[in-house]
Amino acid sequence: MSASLLAALPTVPILVPLLAAVALLPGPPPAPRRLVSLVGVVVTLAAGIALVVVTASGRVLPVQAGGWAAPFGITLVADSLAALMVLISGLVALVGLLFTLAAGREDRYVAAGWLFLLAGVDWAFLTGDLFNLYVAYEVMLMASYFLLTHGTTRARAREAFGYVAINLLASTFFLFAVALLYSATGTLNMAQLAERVPQAAPGPVRAAATMLLLAFGTKAAIFPLFFWLPHAYAIPPGGVAAFFGGMLTKVGVYSLFRVFTIVFRSDGPDPLLLWSAAGTMLLGVLGALAQDDIRRILSFHIISQVGYMLMGLALASQLGVTGGIFYILHHIVVKVGLLLVGGAIEESQGTGRLDQLSGLARTNGALALVFLICALSLAGVPPFSGFWAKLLLIRAGLEADQPGIVAVSVVVSVLTLMSMMKIYGGAFWGPGAPRRAPARLVLPAALLACVTVAVGLQARVLHDLSATAAGHLTAPVTYINTVLRR
Amino acid sequence: MAAAVALLVGVLFATGLYLLLGRSLLRQIIGLALLSHAANVVLLLSAGLRGTPPIVTPGGGPYTDPLPQALILTAIVIAFGVTAFLLALGYRMHLFGEADDDER
Repeated sequence: MSASLLAALPTVPILVPLLAAVALLPGPPPAPRRLVSLVGVVVTLAAGIALVVVTASGRVLPVQAGGWAAPFGITLVADSLAALMVLISGLVALVGLLFTLAAGREDRYVAAGWLFLLAGVDWAFLTGDLFNLYVAYEVMLMASYFLLTHGTTRARAREAFGYVAINLLASTFFLFAVALLYSATGTLNMAQLAERVPQAAPGPVRAAATMLLLAFGTKAAIFPLFFWLPHAYAIPPGGVAAFFGGMLTKVGVYSLFRVFTIVFRSDGPDPLLLWSAAGTMLLGVLGALAQDDIRRILSFHIISQVGYMLMGLALASQLGVTGGIFYILHHIVVKVGLLLVGGAIEESQGTGRLDQLSGLARTNGALALVFLICALSLAGVPPFSGFWAKLLLIRAGLEADQPGIVAVSVVVSVLTLMSMMKIYGGAFWGPGAPRRAPARLVLPAALLACVTVAVGLQARVLHDLSATAAGHLTAPVTYINTVLRR
Repeated sequence: MAAAVALLVGVLFATGLYLLLGRSLLRQIIGLALLSHAANVVLLLSAGLRGTPPIVTPGGGPYTDPLPQALILTAIVIAFGVTAFLLALGYRMHLFGEADDDER
């Protein structure tokens, strides 16, 4: 790949969906509209694959927008972690869009909102600057507000209002933290922050760290800031919910991983994050057990699973962060698969309530198989990807001498399996011959089920990529020197 | 001066939070707008309040840091967009007959 092409590569996942979204705004007729949105998403996915290939060796690709050198210009940085996240966001956007098209829920507004959302998400992954992260968040959130309230009803509007309000509040905390960090260090470039924060006055830095934890924690839905999520994710149609459930909270988790390793370094396991991880896991899964609607059960599981990712971060070791990154990638694939199965059930049966569903396995064998694969992977049963993700985290927990969090994570795995079996028993077993879901609704989820099986069988590939990504976080020397051109 | 501005931030934040905790939608929206104003004033404070306008002249200076003003400008635009969205959503809820929780 030529040097100039390589230098422009990190801008592709932001610019292409953004331009495609703008092209969709005037509302072209259906055929070109679908072509533009699919091409936009596929190009983003291809750029993600290219970025992963380029960064797999540990290379860091910075882009100085407008030619202004860091730390003065707007810096985009594609390291291994950002590349992996861009790749997975492209995959989720493609699969979710295919489902939305198959369900006949795509219109000019959804198509444009979809691409704006993808642009915002990838921008958040690729930015190397704290204020740009804030702007990326707002681009992403604005698109999500729009997708959430599109075609709104009375009850949905009420839930959506709460979602907008809580996110706006979190963004305000984010801005407060940005101001505090700028006054304490005189920079917002993450690489330069990494150098200056250890020397800065501890008071403002600690306050800024707390506020960033509040802001990212709210978006990532960690304990005790998760209360908004099950309400908001019950609103949109299946494909949109899958995109939200897969990517939006993970942008929050990604920001936690980025900022609480590179900028605020910790020497050992962080007790506050460990407690929060344990609470997130436990309350999420207990909430799921109390629900009897597929979508709501899966929404509570998003919370519970975020706890595992947080556990990896809280352990703050190379192995822990590796496990956390592996878990994020595995979780997005599996959770989107499950949400799409839930969406296919809702679209074909008209409801997702377990007491009104029965006997789906009889008429929808493929759907049942896809659900089972994703559910077992989510619970951490070998040979699927979830097993390796949990194995890494448990090993990291034992090496860091934290048996408490390991015990919680194992118990929560069992409870996860229990509530997955509740869905399986309620919806797929039993008498009755419900309508058959068309193959085009099952196919997107089946694609993701294949990915989790493949990752499970070839776990080393993803493990090595996660380890490279974790290396840039736990020992950010290459990251800092490459961005600041030393 | 900085202390007075800091106090202003506190007042804005407290007022915003108080309004946000009310039951009326319009009050909540105004509350959220006040909270983002508070954040903007903090950004203004972050570079200090001293210095001359940053237009470089021979023998001039020391200049104030222009960056926070650029940040604030961006933040204002974003807060404006979100507030407009919230007002539109609130109006929709008003049409649904559920804008105000006061009477229930």
